Amino acid sequence: MNFPNDLKYTKEHEWIRIDGDTGVIGITEYAQGELGDVVFVELPAVGAKLAQGKTFGTIEAVKAVSDLYAPISGEVVEINKDLQATPELVNKEPYGKGWMVKVKLSNMGETSGLLDAEAYKKLIGK
Amino acid sequence: MKQTPFTDIHRSLGAKLVDFAGYEMPVQYSGIIEEHLAVRNAVGVFDVSHMGEFEVSGKDALAFLQKTTINDVSKLSDGKVQYSAMCYEEGGIVDDLLVYNLGSKYLLVVNASNIQKDFEWLKSHVFGDVQLVDVSDRTALLAVQGPRSLPTLQKLTNVRLADIPYYNFVKGSIAGVPAIISRTGYTGELGYELYFDAQKQTAEIVWKAIFETGKEFGIMPVGLGARDTLRLEMGFCLYGNDIDKTTNPLEASLGWITKLEKGEFVGRGSLLKAKESGLSRRLVGLTLPDKMLARHGYAITTNGSTIGQVTSGTFSPSLQHGIALGYVAKEYASVGATVNVQVRGKDVPATIVKVPFIQQEKS
Repeated sequence: MNFPNDLKYTKEHEWIRIDGDTGVIGITEYAQGELGDVVFVELPAVGAKLAQGKTFGTIEAVKAVSDLYAPISGEVVEINKDLQATPELVNKEPYGKGWMVKVKLSNMGETSGLLDAEAYKKLIGK
Repeated sequence: MKQTPFTDIHRSLGAKLVDFAGYEMPVQYSGIIEEHLAVRNAVGVFDVSHMGEFEVSGKDALAFLQKTTINDVSKLSDGKVQYSAMCYEEGGIVDDLLVYNLGSKYLLVVNASNIQKDFEWLKSHVFGDVQLVDVSDRTALLAVQGPRSLPTLQKLTNVRLADIPYYNFVKGSIAGVPAIISRTGYTGELGYELYFDAQKQTAEIVWKAIFETGKEFGIMPVGLGARDTLRLEMGFCLYGNDIDKTTNPLEASLGWITKLEKGEFVGRGSLLKAKESGLSRRLVGLTLPDKMLARHGYAITTNGSTIGQVTSGTFSPSLQHGIALGYVAKEYASVGATVNVQVRGKDVPATIVKVPFIQQEKS
């Protein structure tokens, strides 16, 4: 299982790739594997404000539904529209085409509370 | 956790194993949707060895089963299978089951989660010359389901599979291993359920032989996840979700197996009364066209008031949208009606439809 070193992770199995004052958010390879086949992803609209640790969407897999938690606070500047028609991208490319939202960070200081790849791997016992 | 004779095989295939009714069972191998479609389009194999099997014999076996099951066992001749249920005096369901007439005895096949409860309940109703034996631990059960199940299995047996009608069985052999070959299943597809000795070496011979002859058809192992989506597309009830102690078979659309005229049986008085006074609710099929799925326990509403509850809900891989079963107050339970399902605080429109949700070609 792959957990790229350039990403930060949450205990709720989201990742964020921070580039300057923006960040791209998705769920980890481990999370997609536990969920199984993803069939719908419900995302916030562009302009919505995310608050760190609060839910920002839901992900429906065949077997179960799961909330998405914001790794960081900020404003949604882009959402992955491809997930509407091809939600299975979350399973196939969790760190690539399966990304979910891009946010403009409102509090850079929050990044210190995120896990690095090693800490995340330890959390899930890998 | 208990294991089946195939647990090592599941692990070697990379299955995701979970605790189901105390058994370590495969919930999925490659993915629920892929496995589901393999059964609809080709052939898939389910290890359902966790199911319970009881043998009933003795001079009073028929009378005993007439009293403890709701279908008419006197109509069940040697070589036939019957879908049935056991009910409490109050009319609620103990379990749903299959009854086999093996000639010299009967075989009951019950849900894994209910083995102990069912056995105790049946035992408490034994009378006269009846022997009731739990043979679950020595019985392996594979379900081979899908349009290509027949050619897959035909190469492994002398029994002419095409000659076994639906809900009939033949005692024969598969890959040289003695087996009950039953033309039954929980998927709505052409398919067979194979009962044989749970001794691990022989059980593995059967598994390997089936996958060898099924290779050319794209055979796949199928887990409990797809078993659930396949049965739900057919509108088949699952004990613990759609039926339980608090539901009676009449409201669960199981009136067709409830033979109130066959004579006395446990629960008959309550069911007669329920029928006479009119059912208060019905189990209905629901489709959800929007990108939302209904789940067990979600409320069904209309104009802001609750009229029922979802008992099973999933994504239908065949239809590509949400489907569900749920109880709805009788006055709202008409096909074509639009109701709402409460999904995370939102009203999601759903239409009451006839089940099965999908139409299978008669096979």
